[in-house]
Amino acid sequence: MTDLAVETRGLTKRFGHQLAVDSLDLAAPRGSVFALLGPNGSGKTTTIRMLLGLAAATGGTARVLDHEVPGGLGAALPQVGALIEGPAFYPFLTGADNLARLDAADPRGRARTRSHRVAEALERVGLTKAAGKKVRAYSLGMKQRLGLANALLLPRELLVLDEPTNGLDPQGTREVRSLIRSLADGGTTVLVSSHLLAEVEQVSTHAAVMHQGRLKAQGTLAELRAAGTAQVLLRTPDPEAAAAELVRFGLVVTGRQQAADGSTDLTATLPEDAPAPEYLVAELVAAGVGVRGFEVRRPSMEELFVALTGEGFDVAR
Amino acid sequence: MPGDRAAGGTTIALLASELRVLLRRGRTWAMFGALAAIPVLLALVVFFSASPPGPGEGPPLLDKVTQNGMFVSVTALVVTTPLFLPLTISVVSGDAIAGEAGLGTLRYLLVAPAGRLRLLVVKYAGAAVFAVLAPAVVLLVGWAIGSALFGVGEATLLSGDVIGPGGALARSALVALHVAISMLGLSAIGLFASTLTTVGVGAMAATAVLAVVAQVLGQLDQLAWLHPWLFTHHWLGMMDLLREPISFSGLTDNLVLQAGYLAFFGALAYGRFTTKDVLS
Ligand SMILES: Nc1ncnc2c1ncn2[C@@H]1O[C@H](COP(=O)(O)OP(=O)(O)O)[C@@H](O)[C@H]1O
Ligand SMILES: [Mg+2]
Repeated sequence: MTDLAVETRGLTKRFGHQLAVDSLDLAAPRGSVFALLGPNGSGKTTTIRMLLGLAAATGGTARVLDHEVPGGLGAALPQVGALIEGPAFYPFLTGADNLARLDAADPRGRARTRSHRVAEALERVGLTKAAGKKVRAYSLGMKQRLGLANALLLPRELLVLDEPTNGLDPQGTREVRSLIRSLADGGTTVLVSSHLLAEVEQVSTHAAVMHQGRLKAQGTLAELRAAGTAQVLLRTPDPEAAAAELVRFGLVVTGRQQAADGSTDLTATLPEDAPAPEYLVAELVAAGVGVRGFEVRRPSMEELFVALTGEGFDVAR
Repeated sequence: MPGDRAAGGTTIALLASELRVLLRRGRTWAMFGALAAIPVLLALVVFFSASPPGPGEGPPLLDKVTQNGMFVSVTALVVTTPLFLPLTISVVSGDAIAGEAGLGTLRYLLVAPAGRLRLLVVKYAGAAVFAVLAPAVVLLVGWAIGSALFGVGEATLLSGDVIGPGGALARSALVALHVAISMLGLSAIGLFASTLTTVGVGAMAATAVLAVVAQVLGQLDQLAWLHPWLFTHHWLGMMDLLREPISFSGLTDNLVLQAGYLAFFGALAYGRFTTKDVLS
């Protein structure tokens, strides 16, 4: 047993001329809440489809729970619960009957415990009252919840949730987050995709960022945050002298803007090996530079992802 | 965990679930209702017409129904076999995979994991059960209305021999069995069509069109060499079951032919379904 729940090497999917997934190397550790992030059309769902054996890879390899994809999926999938590209149900069956139907297709779904497990899963997503209603009458949010309930019919080692908060109101989104948290606390690995960073940032331990089928960054959240270069914001009435001083210590001045009080705001990138901020300030003052403001900023995750994907998070490809 | 597999999630359990889904659908009952209407209509028309139909008038055997209500079933089965019944079979088999794909439930069945081969087998079995149930509905409703309106007396067979009510019951049930067998090949064709698309209606229409085309080809004398190979060849071969001595050769020939179609189109469906990307 490796410590990775999901691992891909050079995973590639081509649709006609388009590379939907391009040489993807994912590594989602066991026990992690792994966020697969990227704008719409970046290849998240296609990746998930390949991991679950719904689509064949054009190239590369993948392993899920230490089983080869697709050869070993028969052994892996019973341990995987999934929500893929939105929920899908028989509109003419009730919510409970829909779950029972999918449970009957699961080799681990014992008939004897079925109705009990269905009721429990419905309870967990807050659908107990709607259990006997035909899915035809469900709202999108209710269907999304039912889709989550389906993934929870049995204890799983791995949950793959593709955009689980789509169609949910803020309250529902919070509930999904706390559900993910409680599942992760129980030891389940959760692979959750989203085009909205904010929806999953709080619950994930790891993240990968995709853009146009390619992996842009991957690691723990702390690693990803650290990867963004820190910036210095300096407000000074002596921009020329200040810039010269900053450059002397290896900083690169990237912007200069007139500030309201007649001074200038300088922005400069702060390399990892640069001197400590307090030392820089002391040197600036010693050189006769007036320092009216000094701040070291690291980019937020959101800014980082915009930088990585070259666009905001809702933008379609 | 091999114990788990034995305890639940068997193929039988999946088939039971498949049949539950089939029988919870309004569409299925609408088709049963439409099929049931045929013997009812037939019986009522004969019952209320001033003069009983003469030999050879109207649909086959119509003249016999007044002798024995059981023949309402037989006449209705003969009437529904060329078009009406194949239409319902096309709906169920053509929708088997494509319908799940269209709903999106196919991806959830596959990651359950139902297993592609297992799902295909269960889908065919479900369609085959429908192919038995549909003529059974015609048979039972025909019995009910026929015996109510015309009673169950002795009946004259096509060969002129006279049989009792028990014999009539058995013969009409054999006719229904022949019709059910006739639909097995078409169900396999529908299943294959169903693996080609995510649009259920498309697969249904293609299957129904094939059923009609095969019967048209069967009418063309120029294509006599082809006729024994058409899956529709024995569709109206149930008349042999209404003679004395009874001949089962049509029934068994039909079974062999339909099994051949099942093997061929089942293999095509397997080849297609086990390799295709499920992207819906
Ligand atoms: N069935 C398909 N046929 C052709 N192209 C597809 C298909 N499914 C997805 N794509 C393309 O693959 C790319 C990735 O899509 P997808 O994996 O759905 O992205 P995401 O889930 O990140 O929004 C998109 O450009 C999309 O147009
Ligand atoms: Mg997607």
